[in-house]
Amino acid sequence: MWDYTDKVKDHFQNPRNVGLLEDADGIGEVGNIICGDAMKLSVKLTEDKKRIADARFQTFGCASAIASASALTELLKGKTVEEAAKLTNQDIANYLGSLPEAKMHCSVMGMEAFQAALSDIRKKHPEYQLPGTNEPEGMDRVVCQCFNVTEGKIREVIRLNHLKTVEQVTAYTKAGGGCGGCRDEIQQILDNELAHEHLDNEAKAAQAQVATLAKSAAETVKENAGPLTPFQKMRLIQQVFDAEIRPGLKADGGDAELVDVNGDKVLVKLQGRCATCAIADKTIEHWIEAKLREQVSPAITVTQVQ
Amino acid sequence: MSNSVIYLDNNATTAVAPEVFEAMKPFLTTEYANASSIYPFASEPLHAIAKARGQMASLLGCTPEEVIFTSCGSESDNAALRSAVKTQTGRRRILTTAVEHPAILNTCRDLVKYAGIHVDYLSVDKFGRIDLDEAKALISEDTALVSVMFANNEIGNLYPIRELSRLAHAKGALFHTDAVQAIGKVKIDLANDLKDVDFLSLSGHKFHAPKGIGVLFKRRFAPFAPYLTGGHQEHQLRAGTENVAYIAGLGKAAELAAINLEEENTRVKALRDKLQDGLLATCPDAAVNGDLEHRLPNTVNIGFKYIEGEAILLRLWDRAHICASSGSACTTGSLEPSHVLRALGLDYKSLHGSIRFSLSHYNTEDEIDRVLEVVPPVIRNLRDLSPFGRITG
Repeated sequence: MWDYTDKVKDHFQNPRNVGLLEDADGIGEVGNIICGDAMKLSVKLTEDKKRIADARFQTFGCASAIASASALTELLKGKTVEEAAKLTNQDIANYLGSLPEAKMHCSVMGMEAFQAALSDIRKKHPEYQLPGTNEPEGMDRVVCQCFNVTEGKIREVIRLNHLKTVEQVTAYTKAGGGCGGCRDEIQQILDNELAHEHLDNEAKAAQAQVATLAKSAAETVKENAGPLTPFQKMRLIQQVFDAEIRPGLKADGGDAELVDVNGDKVLVKLQGRCATCAIADKTIEHWIEAKLREQVSPAITVTQVQ
Repeated sequence: MSNSVIYLDNNATTAVAPEVFEAMKPFLTTEYANASSIYPFASEPLHAIAKARGQMASLLGCTPEEVIFTSCGSESDNAALRSAVKTQTGRRRILTTAVEHPAILNTCRDLVKYAGIHVDYLSVDKFGRIDLDEAKALISEDTALVSVMFANNEIGNLYPIRELSRLAHAKGALFHTDAVQAIGKVKIDLANDLKDVDFLSLSGHKFHAPKGIGVLFKRRFAPFAPYLTGGHQEHQLRAGTENVAYIAGLGKAAELAAINLEEENTRVKALRDKLQDGLLATCPDAAVNGDLEHRLPNTVNIGFKYIEGEAILLRLWDRAHICASSGSACTTGSLEPSHVLRALGLDYKSLHGSIRFSLSHYNTEDEIDRVLEVVPPVIRNLRDLSPFGRITG
């Protein structure tokens, strides 16, 4: 027995906007009868082509598939195309209160149906100049053969819903829920996405830290109302190096070590991908030296040690 | 039973018969002694177990000593399969079918993984029938056990147990049948008709006893290694303090099943047929799944094309509190439809919209009339919603 919210039950028992618009600007069809659910969404735009005038659906599927489609049409009507293009499966699930995790793929199908309708309108009416959708481009390689799920779809859904496990990806996209042959590949995509998310978070944390440090450096200078002592300068160089320079290099797969500080002369050793990079001297000059000059002293020179 | 519910899901579980509940009560209240104790206070429980064993034996046509009480059908299946692998030294194969209950299929997978056993699966045709010639070809001197279900839970097919058990014995293999769905619905005569069956599993809650009690029939002299080891209970074949109340209830249910067997095959069967014919007449693009000639009298599985099972079931509940089952992906909690319907190689158009109605003698003609009234508009309405269902029916 599925634990559906009253809103899901209502939209399943009394679905809104059922049917097919004869004069639709675009039609989105997703899923198929073999996989067990499918949806056909027809969309009509206003005269100025800026807003969704009407949306109707037909769904083959379970209660939550029908409710998700009904919710989608309610969400779409009256929105500008730009707003609608930003709708995610989470918006559909939220509209319905919630969906059981194993049924989240129904909300994803709703999102996909609108993306498909939008791309149908774009194809038929390039003159409308409609905005794009969330889906990463150039990723139409099919990962899950059983349910015909592409890499792009998997990545998009992982990002939108912050998914962490293969089981979640299966619940949200159905990928991996048939023969299971693609589960390792889904794990790889997850690892890859999680690594990116991790780097993004690290970069954000580093930015915040730098802001704090810059503030404290400015305060230090202000307090002293004079040039930094050699010890203060060394400490500040170390701080900027750890908080700003190294995270920046790490984001590109490299790193650096602060070898020595002698007055305004700074010695660094590049590591990781930076060590073998063809433009290592540019990294030193345009990144490390520039940062230290900006934040510590304009007199600083950086030299690379091998 | 609740008046507001039309319960047509008796292959999933059944209501406990009031007589069964009465038979259990003393052992849940005043008669709580351990049946193994020596004082007279233990005599009631001891006698209750002996009585139940006799009631069960007479339903199956076996001797009381051949009845082993277990906790459920799955335990009985596990015991039979795992024992055969242990006792049939040197034989490394099991033969079963693609449409067995998970209690068999997953136990087989476990034996493949951890005991190095090889499992062969009999294929089925689009009606779910097996081929005896294929069975004959697959049973060899290396076969430890042949295990084929008596009746299929989803489509109700009855399998040729007598013929299969003879084929198994001809090659020195043991024979087991999972009869969980057959008990109380068709006659089972282990003494005469089914002399070559060595093991048979059954479960109480499929014939109006409560959940949590089962039986393994083990033919006298059939080699057996206990699955649950420990105390001396059940003639040292199944350890664990006897679940007296449930055993007493199971005995009563067996007695009632013997009495009701004829009604199952006349009145209940007639209601099932009325339901089946009525639905086929009023719902276009619908067809019965399974073997119409060899089928349980209480079961009908109908595939409604172009729509999905969960949606049908929830609408049936909403409209008239009708309970039934579906083998669709969405109702099983997985993303794939049931392994039984897929083994039949059904058309995908109807695979997801397959509904099983399973009756019991508690069902009435009024209930069936009500179902026949409610189902067609539900089917029509869902087809109107479906992009594939351009049928007005």
